[in-house]
This record gives sequence, structure tokens and C-alpha cells, in this order.
Amino acid sequence: MDKGVMRIVNLGVEVNGKRILQNVNLYIQEGQTLALFGPNGSGKSTLLMAIAGHPNYKIYDGRIIFKGKDITDLPANERVKMGIGVSYQNPPKISGVKLRDIVKHCARIGGTEDKIEEYVKLLKMENLLDRDLNVGFSGGEVKRSELLQLLLMNPEFVMLDEPDSGVDLENVAVIGEAIKILLERDRKDRKKSGIIITHTGQILKYVDADYGVIMYKGRIACMGDPYDILKTVERFGYEECVRKCLRTL
Amino acid sequence: MSEDSLKEDLKKVGIENDPSKRSASFIMIDDQPKVSFARGVEILSTKEALKRYGWLEEFSWKLVERQEGDFDGYFIRVPRGVKVEFPVEACLYLKRIKSQNVHNIVIVEENAELNLITGCTSERLSGVHYGISEFYVKRNAKLTFTMIHNWKEENEVLPKTGIKVEENGVFINNYILLSPVRYLKSYPTAYLDRNAKAILSSVVVGFENSEIDLGSRVYLNGENSSAEIVSRSISRGGKIVVRGHLIGNSENVKGHLECKGMIIKEGVIHAIPELEARNPNVDLSHEAAIGKIAEDEIFYLMTRGLSRDEAVSMLIRGFMEIDVKGLPEVLKREIDKAIELVERALI
Repeated sequence: MDKGVMRIVNLGVEVNGKRILQNVNLYIQEGQTLALFGPNGSGKSTLLMAIAGHPNYKIYDGRIIFKGKDITDLPANERVKMGIGVSYQNPPKISGVKLRDIVKHCARIGGTEDKIEEYVKLLKMENLLDRDLNVGFSGGEVKRSELLQLLLMNPEFVMLDEPDSGVDLENVAVIGEAIKILLERDRKDRKKSGIIITHTGQILKYVDADYGVIMYKGRIACMGDPYDILKTVERFGYEECVRKCLRTL
Repeated sequence: MSEDSLKEDLKKVGIENDPSKRSASFIMIDDQPKVSFARGVEILSTKEALKRYGWLEEFSWKLVERQEGDFDGYFIRVPRGVKVEFPVEACLYLKRIKSQNVHNIVIVEENAELNLITGCTSERLSGVHYGISEFYVKRNAKLTFTMIHNWKEENEVLPKTGIKVEENGVFINNYILLSPVRYLKSYPTAYLDRNAKAILSSVVVGFENSEIDLGSRVYLNGENSSAEIVSRSISRGGKIVVRGHLIGNSENVKGHLECKGMIIKEGVIHAIPELEARNPNVDLSHEAAIGKIAEDEIFYLMTRGLSRDEAVSMLIRGFMEIDVKGLPEVLKREIDKAIELVERALI
């Protein structure tokens, strides 16, 4: 039986008329988590935004197939209804909109009203609920707020954009815990799948991934064991790692 | 017009006419003032009050330049030390006459406190409303004044307001205009004594064919006095001029002016913030910004499952949210209700 949840087929994405992604192909199965590596500006976030359905990220080529359905032209909120969830590296600051209101909304979407208290506590968000969304939040608070919203939305396919960047060690542990729940990493019969973008790989000390991919200059350049990739990148840098990769192909 | 629809109109501008929610209620339809009930606070028509109290002449046409014509309105006096529990409501209703001439005088005596909600609305499609208001906040007293306007397309509205705040007094002003209006011009001006404080906030929506010229001016005349002017304007086809003027006349005064504008589809917003220092030891600042709803914010909310319209509506609402410190819960609810009513019309 085909267990493919997300299929990215020959995807090309442009932003403001500039081509960022070319010929991207990915196949993610039920229960699988993919670690997406790559230098700054390589197109990692662009891929996530395109899958999430941002209208400024124009798909000029290829298709996105989710659970067997072509979602390439679907508005973002319809994708959410199908089970796609995304957390941002730098979410916008929105004055006048309280985190509490968004949290309630996310719980309604995910049918997790009874979990609000538990997750708020897990992510230590008690004191931030009545604040304007992300306004004056620290780096760690922003990431925790994103994960709280995702946990409550309870998506089947989870996309996390650098959940570990700009976060101190204590916070990374909490965030790792939340991601484990999100992706059901502790469960053998897990159904959830997703993509974690990580520049430093720090988060992989807390959450494991099934395989890793390097994105380089808008293309998928390497694929393999995430920890091998990480080690090679740490030792040789991205450019060298990609060169080694291409040689062995 | 039936009783019921009049009641609905009044509710939209915060007028409940309910003794369990208000300390006093005053309604002036055209040129006919009427006090429904009052407790803890004195409330009369201005004409009657001027007849009854000779001393009131000293408070009449003193903060606003005298105008010719036959004026009447509300006179409210809170006795020394009395903190009025529920808000007092006053409504000015333009029904049949072409031009309504209003003159209000409010005196909050030493150590007293008052929340006053004023709603102005109209049944006539056209017509002119002249509203003169003179507010006296005595030593250590506090006046919170919330005015909700709900006009019709062809109304012209020309209020003039002067406020005198004595030593340690506090004046909080909230102005809400969320309906179409042909022309509105207003520039309330506050004069602050030593240690006095004023916060003037406004939320204004300019619809097509509306022309709005609105400002707030504060003279910081006494040492250590402080003022904050906050305005949010949304144009949806209308022309809005937003003014603000802080005048620092004394030692250690502090003032901040914040003016934010948003244009939905089309319209004009012209922000004119002014700072004027007449003493070296002042701290005056301003920030002004005009923009549209950010696409990234809409998208962000859509990835949380909101439809595009729901996201836009939430952002507009957030934009109009003004966090006024010291605003009683009941007034916050009035403002929220008024904003809820306009949300749909903006998208």
C-alpha cells in the first residue's frame, strides 16, 4: 500500500518574479519526519511557505500532492483543514490581537479545547496569553507560542521552520518535548509526518528524524541519514558536503 | 420612527436608559432636553442650570469661544469627594430640526470621579450638529469621557470642546466615530495645571464621501503635567485629517503623540502631528505611521485556519484596539461593541 502523505513533484517557486526553487522533488510517508538542512538563502523557508500556500510564493512549475489530492491552488486555510500545520521562523507581530484569542481558535480547529491548559503549562505560556501576539516576545517565547498553536491545531503534517534558532538551551529542551508530541515520535504506530528545518541541527539532539535532505541553491542536493549529513556539514561546511554528495551520486 | 428603533439607535451609541447600569440618564431630542433619572450626581439642562445658579456664568463660554444662537444641553456636577459608581449617560439626538445647538457644562469637584458616556446620533439624513462642551476637572478629580458618534451620510458635525484640568486631576477622553458622516470637524483642547494628566484617544473610520478633520490639543501649562494622544484612523474611501498638538509650557512636562492610519482599498489620510516646546525641560515625542493591512499577517492567520475575511476582520479589529490605561471595564465593553458593529462594513 502506498503510504505517501506529501509528494512534491518537480516544484518550481518564484517570489517577486525571482526563481527561488527549481525542480524540487520530495516524497514523505506516513509517520516519517524529514530534517531539511541548507545554508541561509538556499530556499528552505520558501519550500515551507509554498507548501503552506502563501500567495506571494508563486508556483510556476510542478505540483504539491497531499493525501492524494492536488493542493497546488488551494488557499492556506483550506490546507489547514486538510491537516497541514506550519510554525514560522519569524512570525509577524500583531498588535491588538491577543495570543489567547488565537490559542482558542487553534484549539477549535484541532478539537483540542480540553488540552489548552496542559499545553500552556508544558510550554510555560501562562503569562503571555493576554499579550499582543509576538509583540515584545523574546526569541524563545516566539517559538514556544508557535508550538503551542501547532499542538492545539493538531495537524497530520507538521512543518517547523527553525524551531531552535535564537533559543537558549533550556528552551530547546521544552521545544524538543513539544515537537516529540506533535510528531508522535515516541509512538511506534505513529501516523504523523513532517519537515523540520534546522540550520544548526541542535533540535535533533532532542527529536530524531528519519532522514535528512540538504537544500542548496534552490534544489535538493543530498539525501541520507540526518546525523551523517549533520556530521559532514559540521566538519566540512555546506559547500564541501554538497560536493562530496554529488560525487557519490 | 418607532420606540424600538429609537432604542436600537441609542444602544449603538452606548445609551442604555437602564438605572441598573447607569447613575443618570439624559437625552436631548432636537432642542428638548430631558433627564430620566439621576443619583449621586446633579444633572440639569444647561439653560435651567444657568437660570438656577448665578455662579455658573463663570463656567459658561469660558473654555470655548462664545457663539451666537440658542443653545441648550446638559449640565452635570459631581459634588466634592463623590465617586459616581455607574457611568452617567447623555444622548444628543437629531430628529427633525435642521440644526441642533448643544452646550454642555460638566464640573467634577475636588476629589470626585465621573464616567460620562455621550452618544450622538441622528434620525435625519441631513442636518447640522453644533456641540459645545466645557469640562472642569477640579483638584484630584477624575473625568473619563467616552463619546460614541453614529451619524448619517449627510450630517454635518461641528463640536467644540475645552477641558480644564486642575492640580493632580485626570482627564481621559475616548472618541469613537464608526459611521458615515458628510463632514466632521473637531479639535478638543485641554489645559493642564500642575501634575495633571490627560489621555485622549480616538478611533475613527472614514467612509466614502465622508470628510473628517479631527485632532486633540493639550496645553501642558503646569509643572509635571503629562499628556498622551493616541489615534487610530481607517479610511475606506473617506478623507481624514488627523491632527495632534502638544504644547509644553512648563518644567518637566511630558507628552507623547501616537497616530496610526490604515487605508482599506482607497481613501486619504493626512496626519499632522505637532510638538511645541516653550520650556527647555520638556519631554515631547510623536510617532505617526500610515499603511495597509500586511499580507504576511493575513497569511499568518490563515495558516491558523481563519478564512481570508476572518483574518482581515481580526486584523482591523486589532488595529482599532486602543489600550487605555484606567478605562473602566464597562466602557471597554461599550467600545468593543461599537467596533464589532462596524467590522463587517469595512471588509
